[in-house]
Amino acid sequence: MKPLFAHLFANRFWVIAPPYVWMLVFFALPFAFILKISFAESLIAMPPYSDIWSWADDGFQWLGSINNYLFLLDDDLYYTAYFNSVRLALVATLVCLVVAYPMAYAISRLDEPYRSLFLLLVILPSWTSFLIRIYAWIGLLKNNGLINHALMSLGLIDEPLVMLHSDFAIYLGIVYGYLPFMILPIYTNLVKLDHSLVEAGYDLGARPWKVFVTIIFPLSMSGVVAGCFLVFIPAVGEFVIPDLLGGPDTLMIGKVLWQEFFVNRDWPVASAIAVVMLSFLIIPIYFYRRIEMQRLEANK
Amino acid sequence: MPNSDAQTVIETPADVADRYALEIINVSKHFDDVAAVNQVSLSIDKGEIFALLGGSGCGKTTLLRMLAGFETPSAGDIKINGVSVLHSPPYQRPVNMMFQSYALFPHMTVEQNVAFGLKQDRMPKAEIEVRVTEVLELVQMTRFRRRKPGQLSGGQQQRVALARSLAKKPALLLLDEPMGALDKKLRMQMQLELANIIESVGVTCVMVTHDQEEAMTMADRIAIMDQGEIMQVGAPRQIYEFPNSKLTAEFIGSINLFEAVAAFDVASGGAAPCRLECAELPCTVVSNETDSRFAGPCYVALRPEKISLETSLEPADNNWVRGKIDDIAYLGSHNVVHVRLETPAGKTKIVQVHVSNFARHAKSLDFEQAVALSWEPEAVVLIKAEAA
Repeated sequence: MKPLFAHLFANRFWVIAPPYVWMLVFFALPFAFILKISFAESLIAMPPYSDIWSWADDGFQWLGSINNYLFLLDDDLYYTAYFNSVRLALVATLVCLVVAYPMAYAISRLDEPYRSLFLLLVILPSWTSFLIRIYAWIGLLKNNGLINHALMSLGLIDEPLVMLHSDFAIYLGIVYGYLPFMILPIYTNLVKLDHSLVEAGYDLGARPWKVFVTIIFPLSMSGVVAGCFLVFIPAVGEFVIPDLLGGPDTLMIGKVLWQEFFVNRDWPVASAIAVVMLSFLIIPIYFYRRIEMQRLEANK
Repeated sequence: MPNSDAQTVIETPADVADRYALEIINVSKHFDDVAAVNQVSLSIDKGEIFALLGGSGCGKTTLLRMLAGFETPSAGDIKINGVSVLHSPPYQRPVNMMFQSYALFPHMTVEQNVAFGLKQDRMPKAEIEVRVTEVLELVQMTRFRRRKPGQLSGGQQQRVALARSLAKKPALLLLDEPMGALDKKLRMQMQLELANIIESVGVTCVMVTHDQEEAMTMADRIAIMDQGEIMQVGAPRQIYEFPNSKLTAEFIGSINLFEAVAAFDVASGGAAPCRLECAELPCTVVSNETDSRFAGPCYVALRPEKISLETSLEPADNNWVRGKIDDIAYLGSHNVVHVRLETPAGKTKIVQVHVSNFARHAKSLDFEQAVALSWEPEAVVLIKAEAA
């Protein structure tokens, strides 16, 4: 093994350093603060939480407590919110996958310049602000919105369909908003797929559906998993979509978190919620990484 | 066949179906008005190894892909064992292909790869097991059955690919550039081994290659293709010895071509050997050819190994020219000597001659040395000059 200073002067180090510094400053450090606050007590002061240690006369003293975490266990509001978030995110991720996969496959099979064009069209909506696009959905979905208006003037329905402020609207919003994050990794994977493997499948007597199930889909698995994580993780903590499109009784952990911070001003409890949410998300990622590493080992 | 006169043999459709594993009838394929394959007809006997040979873009791969069902002909018909497969998708054709890249499924083990086709036929598990073992033994890959393709060398992958395409006992085996992914050393060995395995199984085989050596080693018959058309079909020896066009002559091996005008002694009823006047050869060329259809402008084709090089300059009546050594290339097994001829028109013409190492040293050949070239009348092959 080379000594650390040798690594420091290798060119490779300077290439990978910026993202690590970025992650350290904008993720690890803020998260350390959150973790610290989660062990504190709420105060009506500036800042609104107590210290968790002190350097008093008799040296280091631990003042923190896990009360905030116990409190989360106590109130079933939090369970329900966690459970709801995971359920909504899971369903939305699956819908995203079902919609995105055929699109990604179709784009990957196109010839240039159409391939680049369609890829651009997938990314194009994100040139507008996410918030504005979600607002636009309100205009489409509300009772006197564009969709209801059109359906009623066509005489298909007599009274407006209630679409806004429902779980349906949340699913729609998440699927709409996160679709590119599902399409892109799957596309990147499928475009590398050696088409002669598909032909070999046909050649050996497999029908199109069988070729898809036994060859194309398994080989694009890493893209599918990457896409699912890219959609699922932000969807669990999503705040804007449930707040704008969801009903008043929609409980999602992002919304609860926001309320704890800004309405109750209970930073310690809010921090505890954030820490728990992150640990929930880290566990599947960790297991996925392990499976992925084993797979890579096996293929060597 | 007992009777070689084709006109007296009346073949019933059943006979034809029985004899030919594959019939390609007037098949054409157009891509945006460009004919990739143009009016190709071929009949391939059962158990034959047939090679489609040609440069890139000659249409050989397109033709092979039409046999597999990956491309649909624009016109014509394809029959396998007498039955048209024109409207069958690839997964319903009794055809299996060994892909140039082998196309082994990377997420399956060797045995899963080989069993894949059998599973699609809903073969019982026990039978699949038996068949997989059988074909893996055939290609000597039984030891590697639990490995993934990524853990095998190129040669081993090729064996697995062959086993997979033989597993279903196809009526027709297609090989797409079978040695394309192997290095030269391994190629020679695998060419013979592959041909032996295919012959031992007795499967009819159509292969595509751009490598003449590969085609000549492996195939019973070769079709030379150029610009979507078949130029010549025949056994390797026949194609090498009697090329029927300038293109085939130049494509297979190296050859010396001279423009000439052939004249037949009409008085002797056309049976006399043909005499040629050659602008590029300062001598009279005599050939054994008696077919008067070669009369008029044509090419004289001489293989380099059929020309003998002498240092004694004793002149002969015909098939004899004098020249100077321009260059000697040492190729290990033999030497290629480039001899410069002074043609009557005042131009120079370079002729390639193969000389053995022994002869080279015995005659102590050197640059600019005057030498005489001569050849037998039967070495002269006539090629009709293409109509302009």
